[in-house]
Amino acid sequence: MNWSLFWDLTVSGLTLGSVYALIALGYTMVYGILKLLNFAHGDVYMIGAFMGWFALHWLGGPVNPSATAWLVVVLMFLFAMVACGGLGVAIERFAYRPLRNAPRIAPLISALGVSFFLQNSALLLFGASFRDYDTFHLIGAKTYNYKDIFLSVPQLLTIVSAIGLMIGLTLLVARTKIGKAMRATSFDREAASMMGIDVDRVIASTFFIGSALAGAAGVMFALVFGQIYHFMGFLAGLKGFTAAVIGGIGSIPGAMLGGLLVGLAESYATGYLPQGSTFQNLYVFALLILIILIRPSGLLGKADVKKV
Amino acid sequence: MADELTPQVPPDQPRIGVDEWVASVEGKRERYRGPVGWLRRGWDTAPAGARLLAFVIPAAIFPLVTTEGNLFRYGLITLLYALLGLGLNVTVGFAGLLDLGYIAFFGFGAYTYGYVASVHTGHHWPAVPAILLAIAVAALIGFIVGFPSRRLVGDYLAIVTLFFGQAFVVFVNNGDRINFWPFNRTDLTGGANGLDNIDPLKLFGWTVNTTKEYYWFTLGAFLLVIILLYLVSESRTGRAWKALREDPLAAEVMSMPVNRLKLMAFVFGAAIAGFAGAIYGSVQTGAFPGDFDVGLLITIYAIVILGGAGSLAGVIVGALVVNGVPELLRDPNQAEWVFYTALVLLVLTKVRPWQKLVTVVGGTLALGFALVAIADAWFPRWTAGEPNTGKLAHWVSHWMLLPSHATQIANWAYALTIALILVLTLLRGWWRTIVMIPTIYVGAFAWENLLVEQTVGATRFLLLGALLVVLMNARPQGLFGTARVEIV
Repeated sequence: MNWSLFWDLTVSGLTLGSVYALIALGYTMVYGILKLLNFAHGDVYMIGAFMGWFALHWLGGPVNPSATAWLVVVLMFLFAMVACGGLGVAIERFAYRPLRNAPRIAPLISALGVSFFLQNSALLLFGASFRDYDTFHLIGAKTYNYKDIFLSVPQLLTIVSAIGLMIGLTLLVARTKIGKAMRATSFDREAASMMGIDVDRVIASTFFIGSALAGAAGVMFALVFGQIYHFMGFLAGLKGFTAAVIGGIGSIPGAMLGGLLVGLAESYATGYLPQGSTFQNLYVFALLILIILIRPSGLLGKADVKKV
Repeated sequence: MADELTPQVPPDQPRIGVDEWVASVEGKRERYRGPVGWLRRGWDTAPAGARLLAFVIPAAIFPLVTTEGNLFRYGLITLLYALLGLGLNVTVGFAGLLDLGYIAFFGFGAYTYGYVASVHTGHHWPAVPAILLAIAVAALIGFIVGFPSRRLVGDYLAIVTLFFGQAFVVFVNNGDRINFWPFNRTDLTGGANGLDNIDPLKLFGWTVNTTKEYYWFTLGAFLLVIILLYLVSESRTGRAWKALREDPLAAEVMSMPVNRLKLMAFVFGAAIAGFAGAIYGSVQTGAFPGDFDVGLLITIYAIVILGGAGSLAGVIVGALVVNGVPELLRDPNQAEWVFYTALVLLVLTKVRPWQKLVTVVGGTLALGFALVAIADAWFPRWTAGEPNTGKLAHWVSHWMLLPSHATQIANWAYALTIALILVLTLLRGWWRTIVMIPTIYVGAFAWENLLVEQTVGATRFLLLGALLVVLMNARPQGLFGTARVEIV
């Protein structure tokens, strides 16, 4: 057993997994409340990566930033999160809210349309070429290690800030008033609105939080892997949703667990399975099918009891 | 006295004990007057054969009056899209299953046909067994994918199939160097370069070669499938699918085998896609991974949804619109005409009463000429850009600012257009009319300076995406679909 390869794969799997977990959280929160599969979520993540890039360049670029690197990174995160949150609220307001009482398939098609629209708008506005974050110049190439385990600064940053965001989200949902309203709405929307909860506002804030997390994930991904382009959201969104399904859709700890699992599975498949670097996505797909067959409601999900 | 006892309900309030929807069906049908109403009534009462002829006769005349290139772009491709739409219509329209891996079955058809009949692999099967094999393979794969997914409620099915579609693209992209058991160095798909040199169709000694011959063949295939689907949709199974679509729970209570019906619809759609794929492979004389991506999926969905899910005539109309309009957009000169015609039609039909219409048209024109005059006098850079080619673009250049440094400004104008359109949907009354003027102008500005240059790529696809959203909001049942009746 080659332990150094194993630890490398684990670290990159955890990094990727944190990104997927943040995307999965947005899916799972929206699904929990609206029972809607928000196909545009992956593209919000893509927009987040671009917003981070713009923030970086408005602040002077990676080679010659106008403030210290850490401040720049924090500002990039903040800008991407706020911009994506706003985008998410707008998408909800204009593409999904009018369809809240329509047949189930209508908002799904609408979501597909929004996704396609965002992708091609990004192609139109930002061009087809890759853009580079150039993390090397911004925060250097320092790595930390403990025996065989090597962690680069962006990787550490991604894992730590993802954990921080997840703790924040958990506290928000468990402790605050709006979190309570979210849980109530996802439990029973009609009953919640009868109890005086402003359901529209709760849904809008869910979209804001979920999209902001996706924006953060976009910046993290770009910090670690460097390159961003207009089509990056599609596959990441797919993986994020897979993570949400594997963890049990509607369950917030499930999304975190699922995200890490998908990231690790992808990373190990790349390293250990035959032709893993080309067929990693097929292996993740196989994992999805397997989990759905064994536990249709996901690892931490509750079986759906339908009452008539 | 009796009159006083019955409560006086205003006519627009629901009456108790009367089903409003059923009671107002006749009134709804009568509401269409003039030529539109006449057409609609004629369409509703015409027998199915006559409706089919209304499509077949123009389709049969079309190749006699047009050029080879136009026949391919507007005729053959539309037919292929319509054929694909028919298959998707079974899964989505009849049975209500959201199948997002549909294009993969189309791909399996094309690749199967290519595998057994091309120079690339060295096999040269005649068309009939090759097409049958392609259908069988697509149906079998549909069965394999559908079997574990059939228990899933709509959204899970969507994600599994979407992933499946993506997996297909990965697979064909790398299928030339699969290197583990049981495929040791077999070249299944030709990899990123695709399967090239696929044979033309050979039917009983007749080789289909020219575009015209392919057109006839595809038209025949299309008629075969649409007649088959008409019969299926009227059959016991077809009715069961529709019941399933409307309410799976109620269907199950009526002792319909829900899982088996879902699987059947899924496989049926996949088989039709495989058939279309085999034809497509031979038309293109090749199967390439890039052809089976999300773009095509959205296009076919737009066709089915625009026409109205579940309607066969809707698929034809949807294919004509969704293929025809972007093809027209390919040429910037034609694209100008399409854009301004659509804009004028939209304003003329949607803005009422005439006072508002006059305000919008007059205001927009005045705004444009005023801005151009101001820019000419003080900011010459804003009118220094080259107008696009074509007569219409030349006229427009008197009204529209064409800055020489357009890129950045046009990007912001595009974003501003979206924002203004969204604001527009929130406003009512005269505010809406007033905001409409800058919206149109900024939109046209973004069009002239940015969108028209990208009509081959991004523009047509983003318009397609926007169309889906708008359509879902405005008319979820599509052009030919019947509105869903919600009786609570």
